[in-house]
Amino acid sequence: MRTSTRLTLGPLYFLWDEAKWRDFYFRIADEAQIDRVVIGETVCSKRMHFMEPHVVDVIERLTSSGKEVVLSSLALVTLDREAQLVRSLAQQEEYVVEANDLSALHLLAGKPHSVGPLVNVYNGATARLLVDRGATSICLPPELPSKSVYDIVSALPDSDFEVFAFGRIPLAISARCAHARAKGNIKDNCKFVCGDEPDGLSLRTLTGQSFLTLNGVQTVSHTCQALLFEIPEMIQQKITGLRLSPQNCDMVAVAQIYHDVITEATEPAHALERLSKVYLDVPFSNGFHHQREGAAWVSKFRSLTG
Amino acid sequence: MELICPAGTPAAFAEAVSAGADAVYCGFRDETNARNFPGLNFSREELSQALRMAKPKGVKTFVALNTFMRAGDERLWYQAADDAVRLGADALILADIGLMAYVAERYPKQRIHVSVQASASNVDAIAFLVEAFAAKRVVLPRILTIAEITKLARRVKCELEVFAFGGLCVMAEGRCSLSSYATGKSPNMNGVCSPASHVKYRQEAGTMVSELGDYVINRFEEGQAAGYPTLCKGRFTVDKDDAYAFEDPVSLDVLGHIDALRDAGVVALKIEGRQRGKAYVAQVVSTMKMALTATADERSQLLKVLSSLSEGQKTTSGALDKKWR
Repeated sequence: MRTSTRLTLGPLYFLWDEAKWRDFYFRIADEAQIDRVVIGETVCSKRMHFMEPHVVDVIERLTSSGKEVVLSSLALVTLDREAQLVRSLAQQEEYVVEANDLSALHLLAGKPHSVGPLVNVYNGATARLLVDRGATSICLPPELPSKSVYDIVSALPDSDFEVFAFGRIPLAISARCAHARAKGNIKDNCKFVCGDEPDGLSLRTLTGQSFLTLNGVQTVSHTCQALLFEIPEMIQQKITGLRLSPQNCDMVAVAQIYHDVITEATEPAHALERLSKVYLDVPFSNGFHHQREGAAWVSKFRSLTG
Repeated sequence: MELICPAGTPAAFAEAVSAGADAVYCGFRDETNARNFPGLNFSREELSQALRMAKPKGVKTFVALNTFMRAGDERLWYQAADDAVRLGADALILADIGLMAYVAERYPKQRIHVSVQASASNVDAIAFLVEAFAAKRVVLPRILTIAEITKLARRVKCELEVFAFGGLCVMAEGRCSLSSYATGKSPNMNGVCSPASHVKYRQEAGTMVSELGDYVINRFEEGQAAGYPTLCKGRFTVDKDDAYAFEDPVSLDVLGHIDALRDAGVVALKIEGRQRGKAYVAQVVSTMKMALTATADERSQLLKVLSSLSEGQKTTSGALDKKWR
């Protein structure tokens, strides 16, 4: 049973230049222990053209290496141009689309689709509604505590649920671009400054404490969510997939570490040590899962003793 | 345009009604609504009394059940919906599509208004809510420009309501976990943002430091008023510069855009502030009521009255102006 837990690579939230983007996905295709790859701009419609020259090649490489490709829709849709992008995604028949807002849910109703972690699925009633409308896979919001996750999964035992297991946590999205503002620009004339920081722009408190990370119009956490110790329980509770969100580190190695924990080839404690050598200098967190503040790290051993 | 007014207490409800509200919105005293603050909100009996007072005066009562149902405890939200319908609420303001489905199925005649927390920001999203749950009105997220609202109004099959005055979310509403990242408590799950239970003020070398959870949100020099540490209105360091990285401590005031919103086809303006006292509610409601029928010149005078009531004395029309982005 254990090997049946799927690893999904979530959409890249950051803006990488064309070559880096292409090479990243080529390597994922060729080397990574990943079953499903969600691909496509999710954060900001202004960035679309960066991946366009290579998107066909990348999808083909991923598909021919046996990976399932899912196309991601935009998280925040306000402009006509953005609405049109979601409509064309929904109209194509070749690939499954992952919905990240209500408009995509509307347009995809009645055909098989996936639901991303930016859609508010907080309970079984909502999950059931989405499944009845055609959702075949739901990645639950990172904010959900394990109790809610397991309750939802047990309400729909035959459905496919993913949990956000690795990556800086998507926390908020705005019509305003804080990233451009920090560099003295406004969104409409942003000069794509978010591309200067492939892992986001660090935001610290006035006392110098690392806190959040700006990624264009999106705000993600400073910490990297790392659910490793939780994997055996999640598998037992019938979580069918773990989602790894791309960061500017060796994601092939990250996938291997998660794969090894799923297959029990490595202990979570050892996996965490390996992970800290792959994604350097970023603290790990798992607080949301344990119904704490999202930035917290809840030690397995401490929670066992009290 | 209808004026939709906040009431965190029965006293504020009564003030809003006498000050000229067309509708008053309120919530039950628990986590089913997004202003789940100590000492606020209504018991079933209080809501029943409020409805009995408002109805004969032609004032509508909207009940906000605008948090997301906690898995396993859905009963709390279903019961709140059952009670609000039974007591005769004119509309339920809902954010969770699971709860919308429950209300639409069980009470097909009950008016559903879509909360701003649902983040319905475009034609297709609104079509979803109208077709699936027969939603009659959508409260638009505070992320749209006037031009976008105008276009939207022509293409949707329901009424549109817009926030006009009071607190301003910088992030798309209902899609923000900043508060729970720092404190474990969120608007979506707990009905609170940057909760007072996690706020500390601390003296440090002649300055006052405000904190939320383990994080410094702002620092104030002596003599400066120390504002509340709402996370997205804090001062942070980005690229070596200290700045209000997301938004200054401002509040929303779209009085200057009333005519444009009316021309756009917006049917209702909403005042934020269920956490505010009854005196504040009375003043804002009566001023806004006058503003709706005032000439442009008179309105600029009224604007001054309203600014003096705003947090930090600074206001913005937010995303209505394209350059805010």
